[in-house]
Formats: sequence, structure tokens, C-alpha cells
Amino acid sequence: MSKRIRVQNAQTIPHLRVLRLKKRQPNRSRLGDFFLDLFLLGMAMLMIFPLVFAISSALKPLDELFMFPPKIFAQNPTLDNFSDLFVTMGKSWVTFSRYIFNTVFITVAGTAGHLIIASMGAFVLAKYDFPGGKTFFNIVVVALMFNGYVTAIPNYLIINALGWVDTYWAIIIPAFAAPIGLFLMKQFMEGLPMSLVEAAKIDGANEWKVFISIVMPNVKPAWLTMIIFSVQSLWNNRAATFIYSEEKKPLVYALQQIQSGGIARTGQAAAVTVIVMLVPIIIFVLSESQILETMASSGLKD
Amino acid sequence: MKEYIRKYFLLRRHNFQVSVKKAKRSKMCYAFLAPYALIFALFYILPVVTSIFFSFTYYNILESPRFIGLQNYISLILEDEIFLTGVKNTFLIAVITGPLGYIASFLFAWLINELPRWIRTIAVIVFYAPSIAGNVFVIFTIFFRGDAYGYVNAFLMDVGIIDAPVLWLIDPKYMLNICMIVILWMSLGQGFLSFVAGLQGVDRSQYEAGCMDGVKNRWQELWYITLPNMKPMLMFGAVMAITQAFGVCDVTMALCGYPSTDYAGRTVVTHLFDYGYSRFEMGYASAIATLLFLVMILCNKAIQSLLRRVGT
Repeated sequence: MSKRIRVQNAQTIPHLRVLRLKKRQPNRSRLGDFFLDLFLLGMAMLMIFPLVFAISSALKPLDELFMFPPKIFAQNPTLDNFSDLFVTMGKSWVTFSRYIFNTVFITVAGTAGHLIIASMGAFVLAKYDFPGGKTFFNIVVVALMFNGYVTAIPNYLIINALGWVDTYWAIIIPAFAAPIGLFLMKQFMEGLPMSLVEAAKIDGANEWKVFISIVMPNVKPAWLTMIIFSVQSLWNNRAATFIYSEEKKPLVYALQQIQSGGIARTGQAAAVTVIVMLVPIIIFVLSESQILETMASSGLKD
Repeated sequence: MKEYIRKYFLLRRHNFQVSVKKAKRSKMCYAFLAPYALIFALFYILPVVTSIFFSFTYYNILESPRFIGLQNYISLILEDEIFLTGVKNTFLIAVITGPLGYIASFLFAWLINELPRWIRTIAVIVFYAPSIAGNVFVIFTIFFRGDAYGYVNAFLMDVGIIDAPVLWLIDPKYMLNICMIVILWMSLGQGFLSFVAGLQGVDRSQYEAGCMDGVKNRWQELWYITLPNMKPMLMFGAVMAITQAFGVCDVTMALCGYPSTDYAGRTVVTHLFDYGYSRFEMGYASAIATLLFLVMILCNKAIQSLLRRVGT
């Protein structure tokens, strides 16, 4: 019904028709759009609510945290919890900047190595057929499913044998080979037309050149996604199994130690929750806009 | 017969020679793959192999492993009732949250994809945030607290549905359901992100062509155009969903306690955690891991063959 009316309208005002056709996608009814968007909005509210609640309780003064009946939003929002947290942080035995440095170093080094090594592997796995390639990839897929708890003990034995216990390498080097990055990269690179690679080769580029200047720029969305995943897992890595010197521990570990300080630190614990949560989200927010941008401009047509 | 065997080996040898030749020609490929393969083998394959090896032994880290054959598996399946509770719970969680989370991931990614760009940006963040927010799910312990301070209890008592606070996270009746809600809340993870990215890459002109060829509504378009284009991402999402669904333990341990009342919140991985990290029976824990691993592989194979039929 609505479709017919639209067509009639469009016939009376010809230029409007052009506009409409540009704006609306084919095969979409207005009613369907409306209800689906309403559904989406409702779900979005449900999804975001616990996070909003976490932030609002970090803003509550201590008496409101224990108020009965409980209120969802803070009545007198304050930043006291955060400033208390900074006081506690300042009193810690190892300076807090050291924890921050540890986390930043581990995250940056791990992500950079992972990005280079895994995309190199993914490139040949996706674009060339060589003996053992498929088998290797299947093993990677299987490894994707192996839970971290399962491999923790044998991993410790191996890292111990390498002499990496209590060094940053115990966290950084295994992160290089995270199966998820290679898997993701390979799946995206398969979408690249082989003709692109062949054309570059005919023009005289060697494999390394093809990889750096043809393949990598064309899979920007994939490697941005890869960076996000790697940063997230490294940020959340408490490294408790491998690193025992206090001055080498990452930030999340230190923060969660404050968090487990009991009732007296309820306010600070809420603040910690917010900090631990916001960092990966902010990283994602910053890189997400870039992903969407590169996606829009890097339209690849075969 | 002899002739047949001879031919078989001839063929084998020929195939082998061909692949050796191919391998020689593709030295470059191995050079590219080598750094990754080396680290991967060291930190991902070797531990798995060791795990399988330890599953046939009695190993408590202090003493050297002692070979006991299938004893671990036998006591696991026949004698360990708590393990069977764990299997039941994991199975329930996997069967309910796995497919639901997977479908939700795709559905939301697909719906978000049609929104104007700036709303889309916000929507992706909103839906993806719970899964990267670290241990924020602990906040659900405040919502579902057992006394009248809990938000859910306070609300339900206010409305008059219940007249006494319910011990949501202590009563075995409710425990698992609440864990499933929380897991579903967090299930829009990497698979979801992959779907969003993949949907952006689907060629617009295919939709227009589909419209010309008689695709009538959004659901037909989804089935005949979008889904076939999304196959690689769908496969990835499936693997992630399985990993998540079978690897549940953080949520149940944080919400229901460790150990939980009557072991009602126990999952396979919690059991593994218990034996590996509290009792240091690594052999036994490895057996659990190996079983879990087998089930995951089978599940993945089943889903892959299912996905091959999409859009046909």
C-alpha cells in the first residue's frame, strides 16, 4: 500500500522520485523499518543499562552506595571515588606510572608483532596454494577453540624452559601468534581478487612488495579489527601466572587488587570497574570510526 | 591385489614428489609463514599435545607423571557425579546461549547496517561494549542480590509479584538461568564485529540486481544475497560462538560463587579449573580438557556442514 502511494507521489513530482530512490534501499517497507528500529532501540537500552549503572555507581558518594531502597542514578554525583582511588594508587609501593608503562609496553609490543607476523602468514595462506598450507590453517582454526585455562600449565612449563618467567616476553611473544588474528586476516584476504596480486607481479613487484603495498592497504579494516582484539586481550591480561615481580605487573592487576579491598573500598572498586571497562571501549570507539571510514572508501570491485 | 597395492604406492610416491616439487617452488610462502608457525607451534600446538599426553597419566606437578591409561576418563564418566552436573550445565548453556547469541549477533549486525552512518557508529559501540568491558558483569551480582537491596528483588517486591526476596544466585533453581542472561548479554563479541565489518563489504549493486530479479522483501534479500556473501564471516562467528558457549566459567564463577550451591552452577571448565588449580591433579584436568576439546571439534564440524547449505 505504502509503496503505491509513494510511486504516485513520485510521479506527480518527478525530481522527488530521484531523491527517494537514492535515499531508500530496495526491498524495504516503512512499517518494517519502523518496528525493527524500535526493536533495535529497545535492545540497545537493555544492553547499555548495566554499563550506565556501573558508571553511575562510580559517581555515587559512599552513603548512596549503601542506601535503601537502592536508587539507580546518583543523587549527588561526585568524583570522590576516583580521587580516593588516585590517593590509594599514589600510596602504592610501586609507583603507578610503572604499572601504566608495563601495560602500555606489553600491549604495544604484543600488538605490533602480532599484526606483522600474523598478516604475513595470513597472506600466503589466503593467496597461495602450497603443500601444508591448508592443514596448517585447519590447525589454527582448531586452536581458536582451545580454552586458555586448558593450556595454562603446559604453557608455563614451556615459558619456564625458555627462561622467560617474570619477563614481559612471557606475555608478549605468545600474543604474537594469537590464532584469532591470523584466522580473521585470512578470511578477509580471501575476499581480495587474486588478479590484483597477479597484476602487481606482472608489473615486476616481488612477494614482499605485493604484500606491503598491494595487500596490506586493501585489508585495512581487517587489521584495524585485529589491533582492537589484540589490544583488548592484552589489556585484560592480568599476567598473574607468569609475572610475579610487583614492578612488572600490568595496570589491570594492580587495579583489581584495589578492587578486592572489601567493603571499605566499595566506592573505589566501582571506580576501578569503570576504568577497566572504559579503556577498551574508548580504544574501540576511536578505531571504530576509522574502520567504518576505511570500509567506505576501500570498496574493492573485482 | 598385489598389483593394486603396487599402484597405490606408486600413486602415493608420485603425489609426494609433486608436493615436494611444489614446496620447492613456493619457498617464499614458507618464509612468510615461518615466524608465525614457529611461535604458534610453541605456544599453541605443543601445550595441546602435552595436555593430551598428560590426560593418560597421573600428574600432580611435583612428582613426575605416571602412566595410568584410560583411568582418568573412566573415573570421569563413571564415578564423577559433579562432572556430570558440569556436563549437563555446560550442555544447557551451550545449546541455549550458543545459537541465540550467534543469531542475535548476526541479526543486530544486519539491522545496524541499514542505519545512517552516525547512528550505526553508536549502535555498534553500544552492542559491542558489554563483551569488552572486562569484568563489568560482576555488576549483575548487585542486580540479583539475594536480599531486599538487590534491584530485581526490590522491583519485584514493589510490584507485588513476590513477597519475600529471592536468593537468585544461591538457589540452584534460578542460578543457571541468570548466568545465561548474563552470557547472552555478553555474547555480541568478536563474531558480531566481524559480521558488521563483513556486511559493509557486501557489494551494493548486488542488492539492486536482486531487486530487478524479483527479490520481494528484506528477508528474501537476506537469504539469497546477504547470507551467501557473508559465509566466511558466518564461519568465523560460529567458531567464536562455540568457543564462548563451551568455555563458560568466568561468569558462573563470579556470579554463583566457586564452588556454587550443590554445584548447581558448575560447568566443565569450572571442573577443570577445580582439578587443575585447586587440587593440582593435572592429569585428571587434562582428561577433562581433552573431552571438551573433542566435543567442540565435533560441534564445529556439524555447524560447518550446516552453514554450507545457507542461501541455496
